[in-house]
Amino acid sequence: MTILNVLILVCLSYVVFLFAVAFAADRAARMGRGAWLRSPVVYTLSLSIYCTAWTFYGAVGFAARSGLEYLTIYLGPSLVMIGWWWMLRKMVRIGRSQRITSIADMISSRFGKSNLLAVFVTVIAVIGTTPYIALQLQSVTLSINAFAQADPAGGGGMPNTQSTAFVIAMGLALFTIVFGTRNLDVNERHHGVVIAIAVEAVVKLFALLAVGVFVVWGLSDGIGSTLDRIDASSIATWDVSGSRWVGLTMLSAAAFLCLPRMFQVMVVENQDERHLRTASWAFPVYLMLISLFVVPIAAIGLELLPSNSNPDLFVLTLPLTAGQDELAILSFLGGFSSATSMVIVAAIALSTMVSNHIVMPVWLRLTGGTAVVSGDVRTVVLRARRLSIAAIVFLGYLYFRVSGGGAALAEIGLISFAGVAQFLPVLLGGLFWRGATRVGAVTGLSVGSLLWLYCLFLPSFGPGVILPQYVFDQGLFGLSWLRPYALFGAQGMDKVVHAVMWSMSLNALSFIVMSLASFPKPVERLQGAQFVNVFEHSRTGGTWTGGLAQSEDLLVMSQRILGAPQAQALFSKAARAQGLGGFLPEPSPDFLQTLERELSGSVGAATAHAMISQIAGGTAVSVKDLLAVADETAQIMEYSSRLEAKSAEQARTARQLREVNEKLTQISVQKDAFLSQVSHELRTPMTSIRAFSEILRDAKGLTSEDKAKYSSIIHDEALRLTRLLDDLLDLSVLESGQIAMNSQTGLLSETLDRAVAATGGATEGFAILRAPEDEQILLTTDLDRLSQVFINLIANARKYCDAEAPELRIRTKRENGMLIVDFVDNGLGIPIDHQSLIFEKFARVGETKAGGAGLGLAICREIMTRLGGGVSYIPGQGGAAFRVTLPDVQALAAQ
Amino acid sequence: MNDDQRPVFLERHTYRRRRMKDAATLLPLLGAALISIPLLWLGEARTANVMLYLFGVWVLLAVLSALISRHLHTDDASDAEKDPQDVSDP
Repeated sequence: MTILNVLILVCLSYVVFLFAVAFAADRAARMGRGAWLRSPVVYTLSLSIYCTAWTFYGAVGFAARSGLEYLTIYLGPSLVMIGWWWMLRKMVRIGRSQRITSIADMISSRFGKSNLLAVFVTVIAVIGTTPYIALQLQSVTLSINAFAQADPAGGGGMPNTQSTAFVIAMGLALFTIVFGTRNLDVNERHHGVVIAIAVEAVVKLFALLAVGVFVVWGLSDGIGSTLDRIDASSIATWDVSGSRWVGLTMLSAAAFLCLPRMFQVMVVENQDERHLRTASWAFPVYLMLISLFVVPIAAIGLELLPSNSNPDLFVLTLPLTAGQDELAILSFLGGFSSATSMVIVAAIALSTMVSNHIVMPVWLRLTGGTAVVSGDVRTVVLRARRLSIAAIVFLGYLYFRVSGGGAALAEIGLISFAGVAQFLPVLLGGLFWRGATRVGAVTGLSVGSLLWLYCLFLPSFGPGVILPQYVFDQGLFGLSWLRPYALFGAQGMDKVVHAVMWSMSLNALSFIVMSLASFPKPVERLQGAQFVNVFEHSRTGGTWTGGLAQSEDLLVMSQRILGAPQAQALFSKAARAQGLGGFLPEPSPDFLQTLERELSGSVGAATAHAMISQIAGGTAVSVKDLLAVADETAQIMEYSSRLEAKSAEQARTARQLREVNEKLTQISVQKDAFLSQVSHELRTPMTSIRAFSEILRDAKGLTSEDKAKYSSIIHDEALRLTRLLDDLLDLSVLESGQIAMNSQTGLLSETLDRAVAATGGATEGFAILRAPEDEQILLTTDLDRLSQVFINLIANARKYCDAEAPELRIRTKRENGMLIVDFVDNGLGIPIDHQSLIFEKFARVGETKAGGAGLGLAICREIMTRLGGGVSYIPGQGGAAFRVTLPDVQALAAQ
Repeated sequence: MNDDQRPVFLERHTYRRRRMKDAATLLPLLGAALISIPLLWLGEARTANVMLYLFGVWVLLAVLSALISRHLHTDDASDAEKDPQDVSDP
């Protein structure tokens, strides 16, 4: 059994093991048991996909070529991690609150959910990542070849490089499809994949440390002698280019933030913001350990191995030449882990971007709408994602075939870094500057990526492949200042630093200038405020205008994306929250916003936005939202205005309560007064009745004359009592509204005649002046009650008119739809301060000659109110004047 | 209006946490400065010595970051409020 066969066997069992781990983790997460899946350690380890095969093999090669310069690639991300508080924390918070699915989604979300930007970012990311995937395939095939070369019994000769790469690509695509598109999860979290890459992170660190320990203590004699041998090697002098040292550190820091795969594990797969706290020190330690033995391995490799051997493979060839086959296999597994984890996560991240921002919008446009299409969108999304994964891995393979696997590993890595670093100005501007606009972002990205393509990516294929030789020598169109490696006459610079400097600075410059010059749309401003001030208000933006939206259409659409049970649960929960039953909530702005966020977890913000707007009609930015844009203190303003409204309402309620309380107090006082009045009124006649009846009983020798006199007094007082009680009863019946009115029809003149007759008629001492021609009015009302009022008024005039020749004038007229009957006498009238009291119960004006209970006018008022009219005192008529009004509908002119 | 309500002086733990935030913001700058220092030794120093220095800086930064992060809570967006957890912190 050759070592190559052992290697393949070990490799296959390792892959099976990874599949099993991923499967178990996925299962545990689905069954809700996987608290350990969400530990900060797993998060930190998953970040280690930053260390790809480029790190595992390439770092040693890098160090063998240019000494300590390789450290810049790891120092940059370490600085980003320890500065998590001001950058990563914000990205993670936004990623969670806006349900971001990829870096393209984040940038497009920030700039008004623009799909153009998302497509742009996706394309750059694919171009930048494809060589990197090719690099991973190349490293695995190279390492297998190294084994084949070292194999003494290698009868089969060299394995076919192309077919090895193809098999690996197929296997990776399969793994990614199985575990990366298993669920169209709301948060795009892939527990299986994360656990698998965490395991691979441990394996690669362990493998590299093991090789390092072997080199330092096995091939060398401990630390001291290793340092001496480094000193004796060709990389002994500390001699780096200052611009490259600084430039590469910044470039790697930028790439760490912008690489799609880093964004995927750092932001999208993040379970808990607090994990950043652990990762902030644990990840730098991981990077430090990974790079710890790189220089010793490089120095010893340079010393021990023949000068024509590839320094990129020292990690593998050192143990192999030393006969340490087990260690070599372990080292191979480490490199294999580095390569596979990168390809898997990169494929997931890119496929999410491609399917959400390119395939889905195209598909939506082709099928012409969401509400009307048939079939399950879920399967479309998943299929799009699977195809994207296969396509991306295949692209990587294609690149590997075409490029022939020539260039040194470190070169491809840096080119890729420079490509994705173009996102940084837009990302930083989007997170910290509210003035950044979509136009600026598109311009900046275009300028940056064009320069990157021209200065770094296309020339990397070598002269004559894409860019012809004369472009390198004389510049584009023969313009010498357009030479790709000496743009604008910048001669003699390192080409990576040169490209990064020009592309990043012009990218940032055009982004800023165009942002300043353009004006953002409302949605952009809103999203800008939400991104920049994510810690102040973590609300999502863009209020949907409801009404046009049909809940049923929305449900049909959501079922296709989220799956029927999830969508129904979401809808019925929303319906319950709105106080409705069933599955269809009102399409309120709040609900539409929630729905959009749920959907964006599956298909990305821009697509979800487009899908809902197809049904709901469109978004509107409400005044409330604009306030959030307009002012930092919008929240406080809103709060205080709400407080104001509340306190105004409370003041209103308090006033109402006060009024009611006052009324109640008054009524209570009135009741007391009424009771004392009634007892007083009852007591006066009772006193005389008792006194005279006692005289009749006890006094002896009363004349029959006296007896008759006393008896008649008792009788009179009893009558008065009866009258009083009758009145009280009448009033209480009227007030309680229990009395029924008998509607009759008759002439007003007849009613007045009856009343005048009942009060004793016009006599010599009391004249009644009437105008009979005005009184010919036909009435339909309770005539008995009406005449009761008249009688009362006439009797009052008769009783109280103190003129020498008392007379009462009764005038009738119709005015403003009312029938008016005035009773005016020629007496002194009622003093002004009493006018408001006369209609109250027991109200009597001054000391008057005639006794009365004072209930008459109160009864009159009650009756007239019941008849739909009223009775009032009219001052200034040359005497007491009472006006009786009746609604005219009850009165008809007599025919 | 907002400024008026903010206390001028803070209770001890809140004050400590604010300073830790400052430290967390400044730490990457310190790190950048420290790893640029070897550029001053170009051509003179030996790779082995610079390597030892850089790894020392790396460990130092990780330790500082761990110490500072212990005092930072990700969810305290508003400064003035008091975190009950903070009381138990040393």
